[in-house]
Amino acid sequence: MKKIKYKPLKISSKYGILRIVIAILATFFILNFLINFGILSRYYSTILVFICVFIIMATSLNIATGFLGQLVLGHAGFMAIGAYTAALTAIALKEIITNDLLLFVISALAAVVTTAIAGLLVGTPALRLRGDYLGIMTLGFGEIVKVIITNLHITGGAQGLTGIPRIMTFPIAFWTTVIIVAIIYLFMNSRHGRAILSIREDEIASESVGINITKYKIIGFVLASLFGGVGGAMYAFQIGYLAPATFGFIKSVEIFVIVVLGGMGSLSGAIMAAIFLTYLPEALREFEKYRLLLYSILLITTMLFRPQGLMGTKEFSLTKALNKVIRSFVYVYNKFVSFFNKLFQKESEY
Amino acid sequence: MNADLELFIRQLINGLNTGSIYALIAIGYTMVYGIIKLINFAHGEIMMFGAYFAFLFATTIPTDLPFLVIVIMAMVLAALMGVATEKIAYKRLRTAPRISALITAIGMSLFLQNLALLIFKPQPKVMPELISKKAIIIFGIGVPQITLYTIGISILMMIILSIFIKKTKAGKAMRAVSQDKDAAMLMGINVDGIISLTFAIGSALGALGGVFYSIAYTQVYPTMGVMPGLKAFIAAVFGGIGNVGGAMLGGYVIGIIETMTKGYISSRWADALVFGILILVLLFKPSGILGKNVKEKV
Repeated sequence: MKKIKYKPLKISSKYGILRIVIAILATFFILNFLINFGILSRYYSTILVFICVFIIMATSLNIATGFLGQLVLGHAGFMAIGAYTAALTAIALKEIITNDLLLFVISALAAVVTTAIAGLLVGTPALRLRGDYLGIMTLGFGEIVKVIITNLHITGGAQGLTGIPRIMTFPIAFWTTVIIVAIIYLFMNSRHGRAILSIREDEIASESVGINITKYKIIGFVLASLFGGVGGAMYAFQIGYLAPATFGFIKSVEIFVIVVLGGMGSLSGAIMAAIFLTYLPEALREFEKYRLLLYSILLITTMLFRPQGLMGTKEFSLTKALNKVIRSFVYVYNKFVSFFNKLFQKESEY
Repeated sequence: MNADLELFIRQLINGLNTGSIYALIAIGYTMVYGIIKLINFAHGEIMMFGAYFAFLFATTIPTDLPFLVIVIMAMVLAALMGVATEKIAYKRLRTAPRISALITAIGMSLFLQNLALLIFKPQPKVMPELISKKAIIIFGIGVPQITLYTIGISILMMIILSIFIKKTKAGKAMRAVSQDKDAAMLMGINVDGIISLTFAIGSALGALGGVFYSIAYTQVYPTMGVMPGLKAFIAAVFGGIGNVGGAMLGGYVIGIIETMTKGYISSRWADALVFGILILVLLFKPSGILGKNVKEKV
């Protein structure tokens, strides 16, 4: 008997960019509509902004950890530098500049400058180290930033910094995130991005084909830190109050965990993990006591059963996902048909 | 005696006291790193649980147990806990990428911390004075009894540990596993058993450090393991991670530097200085003071 094979339907990935743009616009307009008409309360719009902040933090850390392959455990330090710079700039300028968007852009640019310098300061000596040692060094850097902020007068010390204008709105947060993720995506797919990827795969091999390791490592570090600074700025303008204790080791770990759960080297994985891990603690707020306990159990079990993270190093692709779904349907259908064919054959034998 | 000199000696003794605690905790970090190349972030939490176990034995059991009995029971329980964390979480990840094991360790640390928050509640509890703080006068300087105990017992423990690692069969096996796990297995060494033993010893010593720490600062609370854990870890790196003698040396150096900074410069900058030292050591001698430089082969 002739076997019938059903070829899986292929959805082509033509017009990929167009589709992504449409998806982004649709997401934005749906969410913005829901917020404007009060269907999503203020509480949820705050969570949405925090999701944006953590998407930026995670994707920026992904440059250093996922793509460059360096262990960084002090990303909260850059976040703190960005947050404090932006907040202090905004406090100084809020009488002069009344336009919220302009104020945000100027303060965020100030944050970019300081965090880029900090990234250069940390990145240059960090070139000598690798693996666990680099992780420890960046951990130390994060703690030092915290101590310095606690002891300075201008930052409000341990009591925290108040009077920050709360100018963050969902549209600003959303579009900042889109722009930054797009920049990171385009950069990682340029020749510079490929050079960075090759360093992760094999440092010695990439050096021997003429890639300037020093240059690209510093570029990676500085990009990671300055985008992290923008994330910090957004955080400051959303929450309106900064305390040094917020940016401790635990915060660095939180960001790091997002990158790892999403899959190191996958931007879409980091985005999905940021959404999930920012929303999860809020969803579990009813079980306040068990919240962090569950969070840590989730972390351990993920590492035990899927250590490469949600996406591994791959990017999420709707085409592939749909094809996978279709393929599994076709598979089930084929099984079904062959089962009935056998049944039919047996009956005809009688 | 000169007042300045007396102050200096007092600070030095305080530094030795803190240093002993850091050294005890650092040994756990360094032993585990030496044998499975994992930064065991949960070690600070094991130390915290050790302190809580001692607290529970001291407060819930009606009869007054002698100090040594309480400490030994706390150490045994902490050792079991350390072995359990290894069996549950780390064992399966031995062949996994280093970074997954590291994240699991961070997850374990968060888990134990929040478990403690759930069981013991976040409020700090007053640790009973298991050893009196009455000063004993030595050469004209009053030293609290607890300080003497801390320094004495720590040094004793370190000597015992050194002898154990150098002279006994299990110690030899431990060194063999840390050098080459596969070769050790071929020689008939029970690698799993040795790793468990390493975790047990490290956790027990960490718990001892925790008990001393909680008595010195008179309280126990669920997040008490974080800071001393990090400092002890720095101590381990300072001395050359994977090197037991280095961890002891590093513990004392970090402890003395921290106390001296608190005493003479400013208590607020002490932490920054300790972390700054860490970065400097990493930059100029990444393998630590006593560590060996490993050349990379192409």
